[in-house]
Amino acid sequence: MITGQQTIVVSTICRLVAPFAQIFGLYVIMHGHSSPGGGFQGGVILASSFMLLAVGDGIEEMRQRFSSLAVTVLSSAGVLLYAGIGVVCLLLGANYLDYGILPGPDPRSLGMLGIEIGVGITVTAAVVSIFHDLMTFE
Amino acid sequence: MTGLTGLLLIFGSLGMPATGDPQSPAARHVSPRYIEQSFEETAVPNMVTSVLADYRGFDTLGEVTVIFTGALAVLLILRTGREDDENENS
Repeated sequence: MITGQQTIVVSTICRLVAPFAQIFGLYVIMHGHSSPGGGFQGGVILASSFMLLAVGDGIEEMRQRFSSLAVTVLSSAGVLLYAGIGVVCLLLGANYLDYGILPGPDPRSLGMLGIEIGVGITVTAAVVSIFHDLMTFE
Repeated sequence: MTGLTGLLLIFGSLGMPATGDPQSPAARHVSPRYIEQSFEETAVPNMVTSVLADYRGFDTLGEVTVIFTGALAVLLILRTGREDDENENS
Protein backbone atom coordinates (compact mmCIF):
# COMPACT_ATOMS: atom_id res chain seq x y z
CA MET A 1 0.00 0.00 0.00
CA ILE A 2 1.26 3.47 -0.84
CA THR A 3 1.48 5.39 2.43
CA GLY A 4 3.47 8.49 1.50
CA GLN A 5 6.69 7.32 3.17
CA GLN A 6 8.71 7.45 -0.04
CA THR A 7 12.32 8.55 -0.32
CA ILE A 8 12.91 12.17 -1.29
CA VAL A 9 14.18 11.08 -4.74
CA VAL A 10 10.91 9.36 -5.67
CA SER A 11 8.80 12.13 -4.22
CA THR A 12 10.70 14.94 -5.99
CA ILE A 13 10.82 13.20 -9.35
CA CYS A 14 7.08 12.47 -9.24
CA ARG A 15 6.33 16.12 -8.40
CA LEU A 16 8.59 17.25 -11.26
CA VAL A 17 7.16 14.93 -13.91
CA ALA A 18 3.46 15.21 -13.00
CA PRO A 19 2.84 18.73 -14.42
CA PHE A 20 4.46 17.82 -17.73
CA ALA A 21 2.36 14.67 -17.93
CA GLN A 22 -0.74 16.77 -17.27
CA ILE A 23 0.17 19.28 -19.99
CA PHE A 24 0.81 16.44 -22.43
CA GLY A 25 -2.52 14.83 -21.53
CA LEU A 26 -4.37 18.10 -22.13
CA TYR A 27 -2.49 18.53 -25.42
CA VAL A 28 -3.51 15.05 -26.58
CA ILE A 29 -7.16 15.78 -25.72
CA MET A 30 -7.26 19.23 -27.36
CA HIS A 31 -5.32 18.10 -30.45
CA GLY A 32 -7.27 14.87 -30.87
CA HIS A 33 -9.02 15.99 -34.06
CA SER A 34 -5.91 17.07 -35.95
CA SER A 35 -3.28 14.56 -34.80
CA PRO A 36 -3.28 11.04 -33.35
CA GLY A 37 -4.91 10.99 -29.96
CA GLY A 38 -8.23 12.00 -28.53
CA GLY A 39 -10.31 11.94 -25.41
CA PHE A 40 -9.66 8.34 -24.41
CA GLN A 41 -5.86 8.47 -24.75
CA GLY A 42 -5.46 11.96 -23.30
CA GLY A 43 -7.76 11.15 -20.39
CA VAL A 44 -5.66 8.15 -19.43
CA ILE A 45 -2.44 10.21 -19.63
CA LEU A 46 -4.04 12.87 -17.42
CA ALA A 47 -5.20 10.24 -14.94
CA SER A 48 -1.75 8.64 -14.85
CA SER A 49 -0.26 11.97 -13.78
CA PHE A 50 -2.54 11.91 -10.73
CA MET A 51 -1.44 8.33 -10.05
CA LEU A 52 2.15 9.59 -10.20
CA LEU A 53 1.30 12.13 -7.50
CA ALA A 54 -0.16 9.30 -5.42
CA VAL A 55 3.05 7.28 -5.86
CA GLY A 56 5.19 10.21 -4.80
CA ASP A 57 3.19 11.80 -2.00
CA GLY A 58 0.77 9.08 -0.91
CA ILE A 59 -2.87 8.43 -1.65
CA GLU A 60 -4.09 10.82 1.04
CA GLU A 61 -2.23 13.75 -0.50
CA MET A 62 -3.75 12.90 -3.86
CA ARG A 63 -7.23 12.69 -2.36
CA GLN A 64 -6.82 16.19 -0.94
CA ARG A 65 -5.98 17.52 -4.39
CA PHE A 66 -8.64 15.52 -6.26
CA SER A 67 -11.35 14.48 -3.82
CA SER A 68 -13.59 11.47 -4.24
CA LEU A 69 -16.60 13.77 -4.59
CA ALA A 70 -14.94 15.78 -7.38
CA VAL A 71 -14.01 12.56 -9.18
CA THR A 72 -17.57 11.26 -9.00
CA VAL A 73 -19.11 14.55 -10.13
CA LEU A 74 -16.62 14.98 -13.01
CA SER A 75 -17.06 11.46 -14.35
CA SER A 76 -20.77 12.06 -14.79
CA ALA A 77 -20.22 15.64 -16.01
CA GLY A 78 -18.19 14.38 -18.97
CA VAL A 79 -20.94 12.03 -20.14
CA LEU A 80 -23.43 14.85 -19.57
CA LEU A 81 -21.33 17.22 -21.72
CA TYR A 82 -21.22 14.65 -24.54
CA ALA A 83 -24.94 13.91 -24.39
CA GLY A 84 -25.66 17.63 -23.88
CA ILE A 85 -23.95 18.56 -27.15
CA GLY A 86 -26.18 15.97 -28.82
CA VAL A 87 -29.25 17.53 -27.21
CA VAL A 88 -28.13 21.03 -28.30
CA CYS A 89 -27.97 19.77 -31.90
CA LEU A 90 -31.44 18.29 -31.39
CA LEU A 91 -32.81 21.60 -30.06
CA LEU A 92 -31.29 23.59 -32.95
CA GLY A 93 -33.24 21.41 -35.37
CA ALA A 94 -30.82 18.72 -36.57
CA ASN A 95 -30.47 15.05 -35.72
CA TYR A 96 -28.96 13.89 -32.42
CA LEU A 97 -25.14 14.48 -32.50
CA ASP A 98 -25.36 16.09 -35.96
CA TYR A 99 -22.85 18.90 -35.34
CA GLY A 100 -23.39 20.62 -38.69
CA ILE A 101 -26.06 22.88 -37.16
CA LEU A 102 -23.78 24.35 -34.47
CA PRO A 103 -22.61 27.98 -34.90
CA GLY A 104 -19.06 28.89 -35.92
CA PRO A 105 -16.84 28.56 -38.99
CA ASP A 106 -16.18 24.80 -38.70
CA PRO A 107 -19.15 23.48 -36.73
CA ARG A 108 -18.31 19.79 -37.12
CA SER A 109 -14.77 20.34 -35.90
CA LEU A 110 -16.13 22.34 -32.95
CA GLY A 111 -18.62 19.62 -32.03
CA MET A 112 -15.92 16.96 -32.18
CA LEU A 113 -13.65 19.05 -29.95
CA GLY A 114 -16.54 19.39 -27.47
CA ILE A 115 -17.23 15.70 -27.27
CA GLU A 116 -13.50 14.88 -27.07
CA ILE A 117 -13.31 17.15 -24.02
CA GLY A 118 -16.32 15.36 -22.56
CA VAL A 119 -14.70 11.97 -23.22
CA GLY A 120 -11.44 13.20 -21.68
CA ILE A 121 -13.13 14.42 -18.50
CA THR A 122 -15.01 11.15 -18.07
CA VAL A 123 -12.01 8.90 -18.75
CA THR A 124 -9.76 10.91 -16.40
CA ALA A 125 -12.29 10.86 -13.59
CA ALA A 126 -13.23 7.21 -14.13
CA VAL A 127 -9.63 5.96 -14.08
CA VAL A 128 -8.77 8.10 -11.04
CA SER A 129 -11.96 6.90 -9.35
CA ILE A 130 -11.07 3.24 -9.92
CA PHE A 131 -7.54 3.95 -8.66
CA HIS A 132 -8.94 5.67 -5.53
CA ASP A 133 -11.25 2.81 -4.73
CA LEU A 134 -8.68 0.08 -5.35
CA MET A 135 -5.98 1.80 -3.30
CA THR A 136 -8.22 2.60 -0.32
CA PHE A 137 -10.06 -0.74 -0.26
CA GLU A 138 -9.14 -2.89 2.71
CA MET B 1 -14.89 -31.20 -30.05
CA THR B 2 -12.67 -28.18 -29.39
CA GLY B 3 -10.22 -29.33 -32.04
CA LEU B 4 -13.05 -29.81 -34.53
CA THR B 5 -14.35 -26.28 -33.87
CA GLY B 6 -10.83 -24.92 -34.27
CA LEU B 7 -10.37 -26.75 -37.55
CA LEU B 8 -13.71 -25.42 -38.78
CA LEU B 9 -12.68 -21.86 -37.82
CA ILE B 10 -9.33 -22.26 -39.63
CA PHE B 11 -11.16 -23.67 -42.68
CA GLY B 12 -13.54 -20.71 -42.59
CA SER B 13 -10.71 -18.19 -42.31
CA LEU B 14 -9.20 -19.53 -45.58
CA GLY B 15 -12.05 -17.89 -47.46
CA MET B 16 -11.38 -14.43 -46.04
CA PRO B 17 -10.10 -11.67 -48.36
CA ALA B 18 -6.42 -10.80 -48.16
CA THR B 19 -5.37 -8.14 -45.67
CA GLY B 20 -5.64 -4.69 -47.24
CA ASP B 21 -7.47 -5.95 -50.33
CA PRO B 22 -9.14 -2.83 -51.81
CA GLN B 23 -11.78 -5.02 -53.49
CA SER B 24 -12.89 -6.78 -50.31
CA PRO B 25 -16.54 -6.26 -49.36
CA ALA B 26 -15.63 -4.32 -46.20
CA ALA B 27 -13.53 -1.82 -48.16
CA ARG B 28 -16.15 -1.11 -50.85
CA HIS B 29 -19.12 -0.02 -48.74
CA VAL B 30 -18.50 3.27 -46.84
CA SER B 31 -14.70 3.39 -46.58
CA PRO B 32 -14.13 5.24 -49.90
CA ARG B 33 -16.61 7.90 -48.81
CA TYR B 34 -14.72 8.44 -45.54
CA ILE B 35 -11.33 8.52 -47.26
CA GLU B 36 -12.40 10.87 -50.04
CA GLN B 37 -14.84 13.22 -48.36
CA SER B 38 -14.31 13.27 -44.60
CA PHE B 39 -12.08 16.38 -44.78
CA GLU B 40 -14.53 18.34 -46.94
CA GLU B 41 -17.47 17.34 -44.77
CA THR B 42 -15.98 17.77 -41.32
CA ALA B 43 -12.88 20.04 -41.72
CA VAL B 44 -10.99 17.62 -39.45
CA PRO B 45 -7.66 16.34 -40.83
CA ASN B 46 -7.63 13.24 -38.60
CA MET B 47 -9.80 10.71 -40.42
CA VAL B 48 -9.92 8.34 -37.45
CA THR B 49 -11.36 11.04 -35.19
CA SER B 50 -13.90 12.14 -37.79
CA VAL B 51 -15.20 8.58 -38.07
CA LEU B 52 -15.05 7.98 -34.31
CA ALA B 53 -16.62 11.24 -33.18
CA ASP B 54 -18.87 12.26 -36.05
CA TYR B 55 -19.99 9.43 -38.34
CA ARG B 56 -20.01 6.97 -35.44
CA GLY B 57 -20.75 9.49 -32.68
CA PHE B 58 -23.51 7.47 -31.12
CA ASP B 59 -21.20 4.46 -30.74
CA THR B 60 -18.60 6.60 -28.96
CA LEU B 61 -21.30 7.91 -26.61
CA GLY B 62 -21.97 4.28 -25.72
CA GLU B 63 -18.26 3.64 -25.12
CA VAL B 64 -18.02 6.60 -22.73
CA THR B 65 -21.10 5.37 -20.92
CA VAL B 66 -19.49 1.94 -20.57
CA ILE B 67 -16.38 3.48 -18.96
CA PHE B 68 -18.57 5.59 -16.68
CA THR B 69 -20.60 2.53 -15.70
CA GLY B 70 -17.41 0.58 -15.01
CA ALA B 71 -16.13 3.28 -12.65
CA LEU B 72 -19.56 3.40 -11.01
CA ALA B 73 -19.58 -0.38 -10.47
CA VAL B 74 -16.10 -0.32 -8.88
CA LEU B 75 -17.24 2.58 -6.71
CA LEU B 76 -20.37 0.76 -5.56
CA ILE B 77 -18.53 -2.49 -4.80
CA LEU B 78 -15.35 -1.15 -3.18
CA ARG B 79 -16.30 2.14 -1.54
CA THR B 80 -18.73 0.69 1.02
CA GLY B 81 -16.06 -0.16 3.62
CA ARG B 82 -14.25 3.14 3.48
CA GLU B 83 -17.22 5.34 4.37
CA ASP B 84 -17.20 3.75 7.84
CA ASP B 85 -13.50 4.57 8.25
CA GLU B 86 -14.13 8.19 7.34
CA ASN B 87 -16.97 8.40 9.84
CA GLU B 88 -14.79 6.93 12.56
CA ASN B 89 -11.99 9.38 11.84
CA SER B 90 -14.23 12.43 11.83
